[in-house]
Amino acid sequence: MTSTIVARGLRKRYRGGRGTTALDGFDLEVPAGIVHGLLGPNGAGKTTAVRVLSTLLGFDAGRAEVAGADVARQPGLVRERIALTGQYAAVDELLSGRQNLILFGRLHHLGRREAHRRADELLERFGLTDAAARSAKDYSGGMRRRLDLAAGLLRRPRVLFLDEPTTGLDPRSRNEVWAAVRGLVADGTTVLLTTQYLEEADQLAGLISVVDAGRVVAEGTPDQLKSALGADRLEVVVRDAARLTDAAAILARITAAEPVVDIDRRGLRVPLRNNRVETLAATIRALQEAGITVADIGLHRPTLDEAFLQLTAHHPTSPSTAEAAAAASSPTAAASPSLTAAAASSPTTAASPSLTAAAAPPSPTASASPSPTAAGSSPTASASPSVGAPVSSSEVGA
Amino acid sequence: MRAALADGRVMAGRYLRHVVRAPEEIVIYFSLPIMFVLVFGYVFGSGMSVPGGGGYREFLIPGVFVMTMLYGIGATATGIAVDVGRGVLDRFRSMPMARSALITGRVTADLARALLETAVLMVCGLLVGWRWHQGIGTVLTAIALLLLLRLALSCVGVALGLATPNPDTVSMIVFPLAFPLSAVSNVFVAPELMPGWLGAVSEWNPISATTTALRDLFGNPGLGSDSWPAEHALLLAVAWPIALIAVFGPLSVRLYRRLGQ
Repeated sequence: MTSTIVARGLRKRYRGGRGTTALDGFDLEVPAGIVHGLLGPNGAGKTTAVRVLSTLLGFDAGRAEVAGADVARQPGLVRERIALTGQYAAVDELLSGRQNLILFGRLHHLGRREAHRRADELLERFGLTDAAARSAKDYSGGMRRRLDLAAGLLRRPRVLFLDEPTTGLDPRSRNEVWAAVRGLVADGTTVLLTTQYLEEADQLAGLISVVDAGRVVAEGTPDQLKSALGADRLEVVVRDAARLTDAAAILARITAAEPVVDIDRRGLRVPLRNNRVETLAATIRALQEAGITVADIGLHRPTLDEAFLQLTAHHPTSPSTAEAAAAASSPTAAASPSLTAAAASSPTTAASPSLTAAAAPPSPTASASPSPTAAGSSPTASASPSVGAPVSSSEVGA
Repeated sequence: MRAALADGRVMAGRYLRHVVRAPEEIVIYFSLPIMFVLVFGYVFGSGMSVPGGGGYREFLIPGVFVMTMLYGIGATATGIAVDVGRGVLDRFRSMPMARSALITGRVTADLARALLETAVLMVCGLLVGWRWHQGIGTVLTAIALLLLLRLALSCVGVALGLATPNPDTVSMIVFPLAFPLSAVSNVFVAPELMPGWLGAVSEWNPISATTTALRDLFGNPGLGSDSWPAEHALLLAVAWPIALIAVFGPLSVRLYRRLGQ
């Protein structure tokens, strides 16, 4: 199997005052023709990884290959096969949309005529024909991002680096950019997408690597990452707080697991491995028979937000991580009410054994052990026996 | 090499298109030298006498040409700093173009601008009574000296723009740098009239060298000074820019390379 992007043990330390280590053994393998998401809090190393892979930045150790060319030894060849669309729309503010595309086309060594033709073609494709003569500085955020994207496609790149393509865009513009990205992938381009927006990764990415502190800490499909959090959960809210203990006993009996009790919300939460629907029905019946009035009951699948918060919660004392996670999840807040649940539940989960285990470096044995506790503690481990073979945490660390 | 030149040409076209699309910049840019001609030529000039004899405005205009070249540093440095500060430089650097094209393009565009500016100022000069008194060959030599100086200052501007990648900071640095250089020179006042050490600085100032050389070439009234720098103005007008290029050219390249570290 050939991978379009391969990175092995990349290390990058920024010189100068702070001397921060931005990449610390960064491994990545991206198959051709998919959107691969790089997810992580601010300062996790996502942007550094993209800058290294797109030849903008040198690196200290490791090896990287993009579109069949060695990043360190053949940067010119890499540049011919990639395109980069930056966090801050990288177009010339003064030039018009068309002039921008012609300029970049000429610098891509398309002939004058070909550059003009490609420019008009891309303006058309990205719905910018009417604004073609206006200065890019008068474009709206979404138009500018589309122009930026168009500029990346002049030469039909094999790999497109999309560094936070929708940061600061309104939902409509975001959808426009997403549609454009989907179109690209359908044409065979491989996209490496960095984003803080979990919904974006969920929508676009076939595979996600979660980056934290300069390395990949988990990898898999969005679904794998979600189920990595542990299984789906059965949540019960009882009307009468006095019956909480009784209800907990019933749940424990049916699911053979110890429910987490949330006294303030009069709620109970218990992970479900299998027989989800049967367990739900049995629980409802049992609670009815015991005469416990239920205010709410349901099955909940962990969201990517929760997966993200848990996977990157290595630094309990670091406020920046929490802040970044909060900032990252905010755009999805409008779309998914689950965010409140995720944020609200994190303090309680902190007390539960699963997070403590996740915070510790996952042990290599965890991936082999199918026992519920081990599976629940190591996100990648729990996914591996059931679905495909995401890179296990132990392998990443090696 | 051929491709690098072609990329540089495309990039120069980009900077020149900026001039066309934002003409207000060049208007602001021209207003300063024209203001100097008017203020010094008419307001202060009536109270000035040229030591070597002759009209003050004829004395002044060659210096204004040179000063305009000097203030071009601002446009160069700002242009580069804007590119560095915004993501567009990343785009350029991620493309298969010659990396030198940004700098060669900028310098080429600067020279084209310098030519335009000189032409406009010559017309202004002619309107206020300035003339050249020797053959067209000397005029062309004078223009060549101006372009050489602009080339050197362009290198200084590129280095400045790369060293301070914030357009606002750039303009705050350029004026305090350029203004004393133009004031402490022989553009407006004879160095002999300044306090000793200031006069010496003024004598050796690169701005003074090119100004004196231009006065000689145009046959405009000069200061008639017999100091070494005044006697060898033409030599200095060539040597100074070459020295500046030798220092700031490689420095620019190094700063540009460092962006990828």
